[in-house]
Amino acid sequence: MTLPLYVAQRLVVLVPTLFFVSVMIFSLQQLLPGDPALALAGEERDPQAVEAIRKKYHLDRPLPVQYGIWIGNVLRGNLGESLRNKIPVTELLRSKLPVTVELALASMAIALVLGIPAGIISATRKGTPLDAAANLLALTGLSVPHFWLGIMLILLFAVHLGWLPASGYVPPWEDLRKNLTTLLLPAFVLGSGVAGVMMRHTRGAMLSVLGADYVRTARAKSLPERTVVLKHAFRNALIPVITLGAIEFGRLLAGAVLTEQIFAIPGFGKLLVDGVFNRDYAVVQGVVLVSATLFVLLNLAADIFYFLANPRLRG
Amino acid sequence: MTDPPIARRPHALRRLLRRPPAAIAAGVVVLFVGLAVAAPHVAPFDPVATNFSAVRKPPSAVYRLGTDEVGRDVLSRLIWGARASLLAGVIPVSIALVVSIPLGLFSGLVGGWIDGLIMRLTDAMLAIPFLIVAIALAAFLGPSLVNAMIAIGIAALPTFLRLARGTALGIKTEDYVESARALGCSRGRIALRHVLPNMVPPLLIQASITVAAAIIAEASLSFLGLGQQPPAPSWGSMLNAAQRYLSQAPWMALYPGLMIFFIVMALNVLGDGLRDALDPKHY
Amino acid sequence: MTRIRIVLAVLALILAVAATAGAQGVLRIGLNDDPDAIDPTISRAYVGRLVFAAVCDKLFDVTPDLRIVPQLATAHEWGSDYKSLLIKLRPGVKFHDGEPLNGEAVKFNIERHLTTPGSFRKSEIGEIKTVEVVNDLTVRLHLSQPLVPLLAALTDRAGMMVSPKAARELGDRFGTRPVCAGPFKFVERVAQGKIVFERFADYWDKANIHLDRVEFVPILDSTARSASLRSGDLQMMERVSPADLEQLRADSRLKITGVPELGYQVIRLNVNNGPRGKLLGADVRLRQAIDLAIDRETLVKAVFNNEYIPGNQWVSPSHPYYNAKFPVRKRDVARARQLLREAGQPNLTFTLILPPERDRQEAAQVIQAMLSEAGITMNLQTQENVTMLQSGKKGDFEAYFTFWSGRPDPDGNAYTHFVCEGAQNDSHHCNKDLDALLLKARQVADPRERKKLYDQGIELVLRDAPALMLWHRRVFTGLSVKVQGFTPHPDGIIRLRGLKLS
Repeated sequence: MTLPLYVAQRLVVLVPTLFFVSVMIFSLQQLLPGDPALALAGEERDPQAVEAIRKKYHLDRPLPVQYGIWIGNVLRGNLGESLRNKIPVTELLRSKLPVTVELALASMAIALVLGIPAGIISATRKGTPLDAAANLLALTGLSVPHFWLGIMLILLFAVHLGWLPASGYVPPWEDLRKNLTTLLLPAFVLGSGVAGVMMRHTRGAMLSVLGADYVRTARAKSLPERTVVLKHAFRNALIPVITLGAIEFGRLLAGAVLTEQIFAIPGFGKLLVDGVFNRDYAVVQGVVLVSATLFVLLNLAADIFYFLANPRLRG
Repeated sequence: MTDPPIARRPHALRRLLRRPPAAIAAGVVVLFVGLAVAAPHVAPFDPVATNFSAVRKPPSAVYRLGTDEVGRDVLSRLIWGARASLLAGVIPVSIALVVSIPLGLFSGLVGGWIDGLIMRLTDAMLAIPFLIVAIALAAFLGPSLVNAMIAIGIAALPTFLRLARGTALGIKTEDYVESARALGCSRGRIALRHVLPNMVPPLLIQASITVAAAIIAEASLSFLGLGQQPPAPSWGSMLNAAQRYLSQAPWMALYPGLMIFFIVMALNVLGDGLRDALDPKHY
Repeated sequence: MTRIRIVLAVLALILAVAATAGAQGVLRIGLNDDPDAIDPTISRAYVGRLVFAAVCDKLFDVTPDLRIVPQLATAHEWGSDYKSLLIKLRPGVKFHDGEPLNGEAVKFNIERHLTTPGSFRKSEIGEIKTVEVVNDLTVRLHLSQPLVPLLAALTDRAGMMVSPKAARELGDRFGTRPVCAGPFKFVERVAQGKIVFERFADYWDKANIHLDRVEFVPILDSTARSASLRSGDLQMMERVSPADLEQLRADSRLKITGVPELGYQVIRLNVNNGPRGKLLGADVRLRQAIDLAIDRETLVKAVFNNEYIPGNQWVSPSHPYYNAKFPVRKRDVARARQLLREAGQPNLTFTLILPPERDRQEAAQVIQAMLSEAGITMNLQTQENVTMLQSGKKGDFEAYFTFWSGRPDPDGNAYTHFVCEGAQNDSHHCNKDLDALLLKARQVADPRERKKLYDQGIELVLRDAPALMLWHRRVFTGLSVKVQGFTPHPDGIIRLRGLKLS
């Protein structure tokens, strides 16, 4: 099994998946009750304005036709425009993507910094109170409801202590310090959940690797424990961890919906929720399609990495 | 080479409860269920009784955990809210199990392009953020607790489907199944007698994790206004109402969230315990 | 070469100094929402009007006590049958691109409002048949029917004038780079971010403009907005929510002004729109009972800490057109019960549809409790705004909880809401006498005569109770103490004339 063949196989599977994603999200949107043309026609509800909107956005055509128009445009790079403020969806995505990516990266960083060392400690000090403590922390990160954690952290750090801003976002090129302070709490909230997952996977991978032959060999060679752990065990345990990390990153990219809402971060998640509530079809469909594609591609990247790193699979 | 089928559930339960964390977690879950069932007798006030002169009051001797935005007792709403949350944990998972077990069994055993199609659909659904699917479905069905539960159940389907099908696939190739085929057992019989019982352990573990996730999902939907409708209490809708009064009445937000945290933690520990108890490698 | 470099450096230094000196005159205003296109013809959102206050002047403006005063126009005169309106324009007014404001420009603009597909102004000034350019500084509007409130419409977006040259050049992209005749001209707009304007040197009233730049910053989250105001990132904040008032009032660097709004919060009852109208439409006593069981004052006290104003009419109690003969009624549970008994429905049960918006959610729960004391069971059903709009139109409701943002002329608060074929009349309530009164009120100009007509009209509405007006909000504006010269208006629009930063 060569790499190009593997990639080709996987890409072939990707196409029908993405097709189904597009159909699903289109249908989901159409299922939503309410008439967007009426909602957009303004307070006066002028019937002429309603009709004009309906015509402009093809809302009066049958559903399969609307889907066809939409997907046809998508394949030509036109994701339509927001019903609400007439901004092209591609422009909205372009302005929100850096925010979402930055939040996802920051959350991953926190998750890795917290999760991986905790996993290593737990695996190497198995059975000790340290192990128990690390496990408890991971469990807490997994169990705490994110939106509540966010609210509580706002209460503590913004309202009572005044150390961090309660919400909002400032782009890094405008004010780096403000940018970091506005991202700290939401990244921590999102990262704590992923940290728990990372910790467990690191621990599991380390445990299975620490019992393996080559580790016993290294120990038999009287290499210092530290080298054994970091150089041999960890590097091999890293493979499944990285694979998982890519998948989690993809999930983060899809929009930390509630966290963005609470912290007023103008990323994909908030765009999505607002779009659903405003029946802004083009926006929701565009965002979901793009983030689903990114998610699927990231999964593919993780699989390729796993494939490359695992000589056994190449057979 | 392969392990024989595990049909020793009673032993597993004993094994589960022998370890202290799992036992404590089970106790917490039982406590919550008890609270939900006994709510009318335990709650000091009617959870929907308003009191306009006691709006947003801090915890006191009368209102142990304070009052909310229309003067209702937070403690009573917390206790009654357990009903909504626990139902919201169990029902979606039941929906997901009821649909995914036969479908996964079918898909895994039949194979071929049908399996491929079902898997692509499942992948597609997994690629869309879970909460968005839940929000869209809940919005479509209309904001209510029942509809939120249906929405969450449907959104949780792909995970269970994948698991059920994967397990079915794995068992399909086991020696004892092939021997059964050789002996002339019908496919249906094989499915029911051999494959199905072995799907139970991994699905059970996933179920416990998903119950926790479903509770959080219901709280999230209620937080957005799509779940339990006022004035009926639910921890998520209590958090929704608390958001704008964060600095004036923090108790409105603190306690519902703590409740969610505790039950979810207990369920996760229970899930871990189940995994240890049911997995032959770990005992 | 070196000499040129020195000159350039000095120039740069001067410019830098000038820039920093001018930078003190930058006013940053926080918006609750991101405005849609900055084009008076197709703009729909309320926040757009705040932005227009900086960039697009209009023919007339309205004072805090609702008098109509000149802006781009200096005078107006109705024809004797009120089917024509003569407008005299201010001489010497220039658009931001240097084009003059004259009769042709006004004609172009009115026609643009009327004929552009997707124009939201058509329903506001649709009665204008033709625009006659009498001379460079005078136009006459010819109406298909008498419509006195048209003047009030010209104090908002329908009266805003854009440069015809720019409109022709930019076409439907005009909203991305508006060119009007206001005190500030457009500089840039960051997508879903700030909108920047700078002082227009040739503004006709430049003596009263003391700012160099105005920036509008949409911050959707109220906590973030309040935080920005307190930290000094913003100097002004529109429509402060009552939940944030306490915190902002406690801050000595800030000032909060509050003015009763022009609109109202209302529960609309279905009296004749489809089968679901049969319940509450059957007997007016049922609707009166619901009204009597609600204690508006306790409601406003409990939910809004008395920051809002209890109301019962289509204008607030402090409005010149309020009918003082019918003040907000005291709650009367006993009478409510009696009316229900007489109507044969002692255990009336109905459903109220409402959106997730917190003010109304909380108020609805309070009202629910109040009604239950009179034996009325009101079930709550949450629908998103979009869905609720459609339910209302189709008649798929018994009651729904909405609001009207309000217009300077009472006609805007009453006509389309209560006439038989009114676009907002989801109740399908129909009273020919009321129709006649409201129609007449549009066709006479004398305020006293109009007041009499509206007085009679509201009496009919209060008697028939197709809708229950409940309270009026206050429009709260938050500003830094450094901002001086601010006069709050009931429409909540921040007018920039006279504003100074110290």
